[in-house]
Amino acid sequence: MTITSPHSILEEVKQFAEEEIRPFAAEFEQQKALSRELIKKMGEKRYLAASFPAQYGGLQLHPLEYGNLVEEIGKGALSAAMLLTVTTGLVGETLIRWGSDYQKAQYVLPIARGEKVGAFALTEPGVGSGAKDVKTSYEKAGDKYRITGRKKWISFGEIADFFIVIASDPTTNAISAFLVDREQEGVHIRKIEGLLSCAASQLADIELHDVEVDADKLIGKEGMGFTGIANFALDQGRFNVAWMGVGLAQEALEVMVTYARKRNQSGQKIFNFQLIKGIIGDAVTNVHAARSLCREAARMRADNHPDAIVQTTMAKYFSSVVANKVASDAVQVLGANGCCNLYPVERLFREAKILEIIEGSSQIQQQIIAMHGANRYYQPKRITEV
Amino acid sequence: MQLQEQIRNFILANLVVFDDEVEFSDDDNIFELGFVNSLFAMKLVTFIESEFQLTIESDEMEISNFNTINNIVNFIQSKSVYK
Repeated sequence: MTITSPHSILEEVKQFAEEEIRPFAAEFEQQKALSRELIKKMGEKRYLAASFPAQYGGLQLHPLEYGNLVEEIGKGALSAAMLLTVTTGLVGETLIRWGSDYQKAQYVLPIARGEKVGAFALTEPGVGSGAKDVKTSYEKAGDKYRITGRKKWISFGEIADFFIVIASDPTTNAISAFLVDREQEGVHIRKIEGLLSCAASQLADIELHDVEVDADKLIGKEGMGFTGIANFALDQGRFNVAWMGVGLAQEALEVMVTYARKRNQSGQKIFNFQLIKGIIGDAVTNVHAARSLCREAARMRADNHPDAIVQTTMAKYFSSVVANKVASDAVQVLGANGCCNLYPVERLFREAKILEIIEGSSQIQQQIIAMHGANRYYQPKRITEV
Repeated sequence: MQLQEQIRNFILANLVVFDDEVEFSDDDNIFELGFVNSLFAMKLVTFIESEFQLTIESDEMEISNFNTINNIVNFIQSKSVYK
């Protein structure tokens, strides 16, 4: 796969983030919502379909270009990039890969045009990344399916027009994925309050009471909800979150460097203090390293390499850890000012933590990476006695 | 390299059990034996698609197509380009 877009849209995206997103980042969080106007504009520019093939209204960006787009949007406001992660990655890409023609026409094209927002309903009060343990259940009811259960922490659940719901059949333990429309009878949505950050991601609790869906709302085949749909979607999500981490870390780095070069202390700019240079030196190195991992993941995804999944996991793990470290160090460099919401690092510090939790915690990523390492780097002949 | 051997090597490179003596036949169900996990299924799909230039459709996502070496080989061979 080569970079196929007729021109790089990166400059346009940078300008868009600069003018339409960054100035409003704090406001979005205060209002606990992205503006409808922003979502509409992202739809009009096809950013919400940036990675989709042209036949689904997308910009057909190479994964590297798409990653750069997510980074730039994430630099502007994490919740805006979260919208890409959810509706473009988790939902749109999953439907393009495994959905029927009907589902693509009914759900993917409206996402591409910014007319509909989709959300991914996997997590439950007692179930995180372990999709095979979901308690939300479904049963066959004639030529329909009937779904009952509760989903929690669903990003953009508050405004989503439809959901991909992962549910299990208690009689067979099969895990399957269904499309559920917001307006369907039996769907109850409640906004989740009291969040540490990313309130503009509009998380919701979704209750499903005997929600009936037609057979054409089943995604793929019965039984592929875990291995096929959930794992595929989470992989898409992790790729997005990896680049969001780079974007957030880059934003924190720029604030940190700018502040250090402007702030006077004891008669000189604080950048001149060696301990501050140490912090900045580490931050620059870590941001570049995280971006390198993301770029390698993008290249491997473009090549459809089987290890792209693990590379994406490493990128997500490392960049979210780096985002936390750099945001924390940025607060440290800004001192008391860093603890005040007059400066953006206070928000970045709180937002960074979310990246280590969503789409599988850092500890889940570590397990996947360790298993990969145990296979890849085992050299039994190297050590014969232990 | 024979198709069976190619698939076996891929499975061996992605085991989730670390017993040097692990053995399985071409008809053993590698999922039921706990030798691989759900993430492997995704890697396997990617591997088959890239290695054999195939596209796996959603209606082909049956565990019975991927749970033994022989079933994987039969599935690959059933796709038109390998008939």
